[in-house]
Amino acid sequence: MTSNSEHFVAPVDETPLQATDSVKTDQAPVSLWADAWRKLRRRPMFIVSAFLILLLTTIALFPGLFTSVAPNNDCQLANSEGAPTAGHPLGFTLQGCDVYSRVIHGTQASLSVGVLSVICVVIIGVTFGALAGYYGGWLDAVLARVGDIFFALPIILGALVVTQLPFFRENRGVWTVVITISLLAWPQMARITRGAVIEVRNSDFVTAARSLGVSKFGALLKHALPNALAPIIVLATLELGVFIVLEATLSFLGVGLPTSVMSWGNDISAANASIRTTPGILLYPAAALSITVLSFIMLGDAVRDALDPKSRQR
Amino acid sequence: MVRYILRRLLQVIPVFLGTTLLVYYMVFALPGDPIAALFGERQPPQSVIDTLRAQYNLDQPFWVQYGIFLKNIFTFNLGVDFTQQPIADSLARAFPVTAMLAIEALIIQAVFGIAFGVFAGLRRGKLFDSTVLIVSLVVIAVPTFVLGFVFQLVFGVQLGWAKPTVGANADWGNLLLPAFVLGLVSFAYVLRLTRATVSENMNADYVRTATAKGLSRPRVIMAHILRNSLIPVVTYLGANLGGLMGGAIVTEGIFNIPGVGNKLFQAIQRSEGPTIVAIVSVLVLVFVITNLLVDLLYAWLDPRIRYDQ
Amino acid sequence: MRFSRTSKALGVAAIIALAATGCGGGGGSDTNNSAATDPNKVISAYSNEPQNPLLPANTNEVYGGRVVELLFEGLRAYDASGKPVNALAESIETEDSQNWTIKVKSGAKFTNGEAITAKTFVDSWNFAALSTNLQNNGYFFDSIEGYADVSAVNETTAADGKKTSTPAPTAQTMSGLAATDDQTITVKLVQPEADWSLRLGYSAFYPLPSEALADPKKFGENPVGNGPYKFEKEGAWVHDQQISLVKNADYSGPRAAKNGGVTFKFYTDPGPAYTDLQGDNLDVTDVLPSNALKTYTTDFQDRNSTKPVANNSTLNIPGYNPNFQGEAGKLRRQALSHAINRDEITKVIFNGTRTPATEFTAPVLDGYTDSIPGNDVLKFDATKAKELWAEAEKLQPYDASKPLQIASNTDGGNKEWIDAVANGFKNNLGIESEIQPFAKFAEVLDLRKSQSIPGLTRAGWQGDYPSLYNFLGPVWGTNASSNYEKYSNPEFDKLLKEGLGSKTPEEANAKFNQAQEILFEDLPGLPLWYLNRPIVWSNNVVSADTGWNGGILYYNIEAK
Repeated sequence: MTSNSEHFVAPVDETPLQATDSVKTDQAPVSLWADAWRKLRRRPMFIVSAFLILLLTTIALFPGLFTSVAPNNDCQLANSEGAPTAGHPLGFTLQGCDVYSRVIHGTQASLSVGVLSVICVVIIGVTFGALAGYYGGWLDAVLARVGDIFFALPIILGALVVTQLPFFRENRGVWTVVITISLLAWPQMARITRGAVIEVRNSDFVTAARSLGVSKFGALLKHALPNALAPIIVLATLELGVFIVLEATLSFLGVGLPTSVMSWGNDISAANASIRTTPGILLYPAAALSITVLSFIMLGDAVRDALDPKSRQR
Repeated sequence: MVRYILRRLLQVIPVFLGTTLLVYYMVFALPGDPIAALFGERQPPQSVIDTLRAQYNLDQPFWVQYGIFLKNIFTFNLGVDFTQQPIADSLARAFPVTAMLAIEALIIQAVFGIAFGVFAGLRRGKLFDSTVLIVSLVVIAVPTFVLGFVFQLVFGVQLGWAKPTVGANADWGNLLLPAFVLGLVSFAYVLRLTRATVSENMNADYVRTATAKGLSRPRVIMAHILRNSLIPVVTYLGANLGGLMGGAIVTEGIFNIPGVGNKLFQAIQRSEGPTIVAIVSVLVLVFVITNLLVDLLYAWLDPRIRYDQ
Repeated sequence: MRFSRTSKALGVAAIIALAATGCGGGGGSDTNNSAATDPNKVISAYSNEPQNPLLPANTNEVYGGRVVELLFEGLRAYDASGKPVNALAESIETEDSQNWTIKVKSGAKFTNGEAITAKTFVDSWNFAALSTNLQNNGYFFDSIEGYADVSAVNETTAADGKKTSTPAPTAQTMSGLAATDDQTITVKLVQPEADWSLRLGYSAFYPLPSEALADPKKFGENPVGNGPYKFEKEGAWVHDQQISLVKNADYSGPRAAKNGGVTFKFYTDPGPAYTDLQGDNLDVTDVLPSNALKTYTTDFQDRNSTKPVANNSTLNIPGYNPNFQGEAGKLRRQALSHAINRDEITKVIFNGTRTPATEFTAPVLDGYTDSIPGNDVLKFDATKAKELWAEAEKLQPYDASKPLQIASNTDGGNKEWIDAVANGFKNNLGIESEIQPFAKFAEVLDLRKSQSIPGLTRAGWQGDYPSLYNFLGPVWGTNASSNYEKYSNPEFDKLLKEGLGSKTPEEANAKFNQAQEILFEDLPGLPLWYLNRPIVWSNNVVSADTGWNGGILYYNIEAK
């Protein structure tokens, strides 16, 4: 092959020889998690998101610190869709309730629904997905097909049935919604986990760990799973927001929270009635929801970076 | 490989039985007499209600009802719904429309989600990355009924780029606007999944190797980073297709699309067991087949993955 | 709508003024408008998939009903104000309100050429009433002698105590119904009923061609009638999409079509229909999305109308609720009524598409009056409400362990007003109150039938035929078909019966209104408001109007 390209040879003096990294033999090896935590503490993204989540948690636990207006007890139709006035900085809803106070008081239910559902979904979905993907064979077939069945169930039908269970018929609340959502949303998480674990189960580092004597299950836990975390974290943080909105749909249909429990979801769906006249009412609960999702997305990003061995900066 | 595919297809049978049994039982357990509800505030004589209940076998115990349903299925007879219409006919009308809508939405979210995700992943923390982060937040926090309504008003009425509603004229063109709205939430997922895996894989050894080999940057991105980043995205898209087909209730409502989502919702509200089970059965088939395709794609995307053991 | 009516009136006044001063140029645009109408143009209208095959006696919901009403013509028809006028009937006569003689006009035909005679009606009515035919509206014939035989049932009790009733008619035809010749129908009722002939315009009484009786199900897919419209062609009902009707050129009754046809487009949600109307893709709708109630008069300036219709809403207080029993319960029922600010809710939530109620029927009906003794309980009065509640508290303490719930299905756009009513209870009575939402109508119905609604429940009535009795008998009569809360007062029943037996409608209405005084005394339900049906139309049509029952008069719409 004749061409005018020359053979490329690096000049000798371009990369000088360097000292090998010295190994501190006297130090105990740091565990994956401790290492991650050490890096996490220094990332500004983590600090900002942790602050926001702390703030949201405080609002959820002590709404009285942030507003003195009782959200649900003095709704006067005379104030319907009213503009902001002194003491009511965000105006009034269609029913004449204080928007700001409702957003503050809605934090508790919405945050609980979102966080608890995501935790349940992650526990069920990641366990099933990781086992199915890692071990394969009949276990995979059974778990995946069970997932298919649950994924095919219409959520409204599931919610209708859950609200009819003897325990929930009389005391509906956050847990009713959490159970409905977790029951029907875990297969998505399981599939994502399964795919990610299948991808890494034959990787060199898993094989290496196994040949060093790590048990099969230990290798899944310590090596395969941490390397499959990225998509799990992305899914979990986004689902947090989607579940909070889903609660609105369920409540709107009468199979979610009772109206006496305030939530952003309830307010968002109630704002539908004012969308042609005062769309602003929708804005505030939606903004609260966005801030929540944003802080969890940032947290997720930071955690994932800290855990990812490949993105370690030297 | 053929044996693997056959084995997977055989799994459809237990999945079908499990799903139909579960759904049938759930509908059975719902309170409220569906026949009486058909008449609204004005109730006919009890004999009319009872006779109709017998016609739909609602007076039978659960196992008899389910047995009759199975027998009918194997003779390819789905029965009639509460409006006396053959269920097979109404499904044959609804599914093609919804399938078009779902496929269009899937393509839209895949193309835009992956493209934007790759860009954002390659330039983490830059302006583009932050912009798409905001976009995905908006898409998640603003409910579909608002987004759909706004799109309909802006593109359908004010700009006149598309027909505001679909109705009887369901074709690829008319379904584009609703497909866009439908694909938005999943678009956020695809985007962020792609972004996360791309940014993770950017530092992988094989990428350094490829770059060191002197490959052009587009080729490194397309052939190495992207291909290795696609597994979670493909998993998500596969799982999502079924969701798009059955769960598009709000979008179908806003754009007046006579599709499966609305049929299903209406059937649930009416406790119309046979219709619900028929729709869910088809959805399960869709799941099982897309999942199989996704698994086959894994092997193509990552040759280390094998199923033949 | 008050606004558009005023502006029209102003326009007319302006024209008169111009004419009077001799400047006669102003009226021109009006005549141009009517010259531009096209009597053969097909209009499109909002609707949804009918629930049943299109048989008049089987159609009991609005979307099938509006089609059936255009396809068929009965002995009588209702004009826009709800007044019955003879259509196929030459005359309807009775001496004693019990024996009726109806003369049928000769020469009427179905669109398939079949002649309509007295026998057609007798056969159709017997078909509709026979219980084995399972026609939803069969009970409309219950006042005719012999109905008990054709509707007889067999009741069996299963081992688990569940009762099942099956139709077991002991006769195939009603003995009180006969066609004495081609043109004469004689009807004998079980007891005198002064307003019986009012119902002859209702769809259950429409005539059916013989093919319908032979194979009702097949007929219901492609019905053949005698009304102002007919199916465009075999298969004009495209399921889940639309029904296309065209003008029936042979029709010569009081409802002649002014357009070439009506295409009912199906919408599962009123929102997109509203958007389609804004883009002139749909010509008329009678269902507005609830979030458009405040914008429709500006979105459709001069293209909207809001007229009262025979439809009311009540808040029922089940008699089995221990909180509302006895003397204390009575005071509490009054307190609840005084705590609802009907004026404010109809203004703020409904933007004038409801009118505060003054009694238990509807203002469009003949015999309505707003001055029934006892109806001041419907006035909003927070102080009085508090006083009454406190007084009741002295007699018997209120069980406040659970909030006072208002049961409603969630698919009907009721949440907004129920929230407002519940807030009224909270603010004015100091009790907890909230909506009790149900995803399925069937569930509320079951609870109501089994007498287990925990709190209050919403109810409403849409008139079948324009009569006070139709709003009182089926709803509040002892053991009546729609009296789910089982209200019962023998005195009320007696007054209703006396009203039915009266010689003249005026006498009857006086009795019915007297019966309402008892309702105000007992307050088994709180009248809330009457519906004013808002409709809007596109630029493709001149205008549109609603009839007494809120249905759009499709035949009257002129297309541009």
